[in-house]
Amino acid sequence: MAQMNMIEAIRSALDIVMDKDPNVVVLGEDVGYFGGVFRCTDGLQRKYGDHRVIDAPIAEGGIVGAAIGMGVNGLRPVAEIQFADYIYPGFDQIVSELARLRYRSCGEFFSPVTIRTPCGGGIRGGQTHSQSPEAIFAHVSGIHTVMPSNPYDAKGLLIAAVESDDPVVFFEPKRIYNGPFDGDPEKPAVGWSSHPKGEVPEGHYTVPLGTAEIAREGSELTIVTYGTLVHVAIAAAEATGVDVEVVDIRSIAPLDVDTLVASVNKTGRCIVAHEATRFGGYGGELVARIQKDCFWNLETPIRRIAGWDTPYPHAFEWQYFPGKKRMIAGIRNMMDIE
Amino acid sequence: MATKKSRLHIPRPSARPGDEPDFAYLELSDAGSVDKPSINARTRDIEWLSSGLVRILDDEHHAVGPWKPDIEPEKLQVALRWMMLNRQFDKRMWQIQRQGRISFYMEAAGEEAVSIGAAMALRSGDMCFPSYRNQGLYMYRGVNLVDMMCQCLSNTRDMCKGRQLPVMYHSRSGNVFSISGNLATQYPHAVGWAMASAIKGEDHIAAAWLGDGSTAEADFHHALTFAAVYQAPVILNVVNNQWAISSFQGTAGGERRPFAARGLGLGIPGIRVDGNDLLAVYAVTLWAADRARRGGGPTLIEKVTYRAGAHSTSDDPTKYRPKDEGASFPLGDPIERLKQHLITEGHWSEKKHEALDTELKASVLAAWKDAQQYGTMTEGPFLDPSSMFDDVYAETPHHLRSQRRRMLEVEESNNATTSDARGDHAAKGTLSGRGTP
Repeated sequence: MAQMNMIEAIRSALDIVMDKDPNVVVLGEDVGYFGGVFRCTDGLQRKYGDHRVIDAPIAEGGIVGAAIGMGVNGLRPVAEIQFADYIYPGFDQIVSELARLRYRSCGEFFSPVTIRTPCGGGIRGGQTHSQSPEAIFAHVSGIHTVMPSNPYDAKGLLIAAVESDDPVVFFEPKRIYNGPFDGDPEKPAVGWSSHPKGEVPEGHYTVPLGTAEIAREGSELTIVTYGTLVHVAIAAAEATGVDVEVVDIRSIAPLDVDTLVASVNKTGRCIVAHEATRFGGYGGELVARIQKDCFWNLETPIRRIAGWDTPYPHAFEWQYFPGKKRMIAGIRNMMDIE
Repeated sequence: MATKKSRLHIPRPSARPGDEPDFAYLELSDAGSVDKPSINARTRDIEWLSSGLVRILDDEHHAVGPWKPDIEPEKLQVALRWMMLNRQFDKRMWQIQRQGRISFYMEAAGEEAVSIGAAMALRSGDMCFPSYRNQGLYMYRGVNLVDMMCQCLSNTRDMCKGRQLPVMYHSRSGNVFSISGNLATQYPHAVGWAMASAIKGEDHIAAAWLGDGSTAEADFHHALTFAAVYQAPVILNVVNNQWAISSFQGTAGGERRPFAARGLGLGIPGIRVDGNDLLAVYAVTLWAADRARRGGGPTLIEKVTYRAGAHSTSDDPTKYRPKDEGASFPLGDPIERLKQHLITEGHWSEKKHEALDTELKASVLAAWKDAQQYGTMTEGPFLDPSSMFDDVYAETPHHLRSQRRRMLEVEESNNATTSDARGDHAAKGTLSGRGTP
């Protein structure tokens, strides 16, 4: 086993799939010679050449559109959208074309494109470098929407995504690229080396799409979340002393309902948490599903903890981010702790 | 404000209903007058190709000039046959829509050469990315009429299993892409497909079609940029049929420079061609295909034609353009022009033409009779509605399997209620109550 941060784990996944399958190509803005603004593709062009690791023009619609055509012609493209905030010019190509091609042609045509994109706040990115638009993609049938919370899952899920014949939108929470983040910006940053999920096999393995994981076992309350907030939830649980179970969804769509329903049926209490805005958000879907399947076991109404329904403000990042304080307050409130 | 001349230019077509048709805005060249450059020419040296109009058939129906292709008359007879079949097929399907047997239709009347002329110049391994008015490509690439009709009928033999509007065909075996229904989205796909061909070291090329109106979409510009940047082996066709529903080509920005010139700023050569001259469409496509195959990159071809019919069965063009405008279109009709050329050259006759038309009409009718056996919108057999959950993903995930079960439960309980009320037990046990096989 090697120690890897999330960037190294993603790079390792790409290296492995490119080495194994000559049809895998990478394209995106700054991904080639430079190796990506977050260094996720560093060294790949030197190793695999500039016909397989391609610097693209600044046109996200063109990147996704061209990747679809490449996929139709037998390649397995991994497109990078430099920030999730920039994905919207490619939105129509993702929703109307990539997600629908297999369906509308009854399987005669499909395009196994993986779209990687860094998301989330906590890096002083302001409203154009901090968004979490996963709910918009979770709403679209025909694509998988994925967000890992650690290096081990990032590598395993990315290999599974590239090897899948379905399109995958792969969100990378950039705040935790270099280390887990417990939601307290005052504390010094920590790396992945002290975290068990920073232990990553060097070779090929997959984390199957569509599976959630129990990130922390507990008996009194379930927090259902994903991405950066997995770490915030665990830290908040430990700070309160409440025996919280944290479910890391990992695959936002399709969703592993069984794992989260089993957890809530066990604990009888549930908080749904995400960094994205609350109204019309993905949390609402989770709440609806949990109340339907766990209604008779619930001790208390399900609560949501989410980003406020504003754009992500640059100067008020820590008032916006649903961090440790809000998570602790949510747990205490639900457990009736003064 | 009212007295001051507005600085805002609102494009207006040369004629609206009640006006005399006026095509003076169309810049024409004499047949044979536009030079044919080497396929190795630099874009900057052949910019004039985007403003002239490549024409081969002259007013006396002779093929003239440097673009005149070396093509046997038998091959041209075959081209004529495809165009006539396309038109007969469209006529029949239009009529069928008017009878309420299909929900919607789009005809290619007047534009048959932009599909057939190009298809003839491409190789079977080249990939076509059509728009919704290129049904000729599917026919030429081997999709039979019954299958096309069944698609329009959404019946049990529908290649789209009832998921797509009529005319949104696809053909993997014929290398013709799936039609989306959204405009211009296929353009970057064609470029990506061509890039992949080059990455894999294959010599196949891609060709895409869209209308003058769709050139305003971002996808058009993305595609041109990517095609130019990577010198992708692709032919990008703009079918300028003068009208995008009610908007004339000036609304898409065609008033000052031809659409063929859109790529010049990126170094993509543009050719403006008489889209109703099958020989010219064939010749310029062959030129662009050779250039692409030899590493010369993309070519943008503007095919000047006229949408002789309505946009679709939902459209009434007499509301926005002169009723008889098509008759004044200076480039005539592609079928009539090729027919006259073959007659003039002694390779065809009115009698043969009439006989062929009758034969094609009969084969379309026979196909229609055959297609109906697989079901229509009103009479069974019907598709199994539970198939709507297939092909969303490569493997049907848990939540869709569960939704399929729920849909079937609802359908079955409805059937039970209906048949109990009517005492009709025969409907029991079927999925939809409409006699699903």
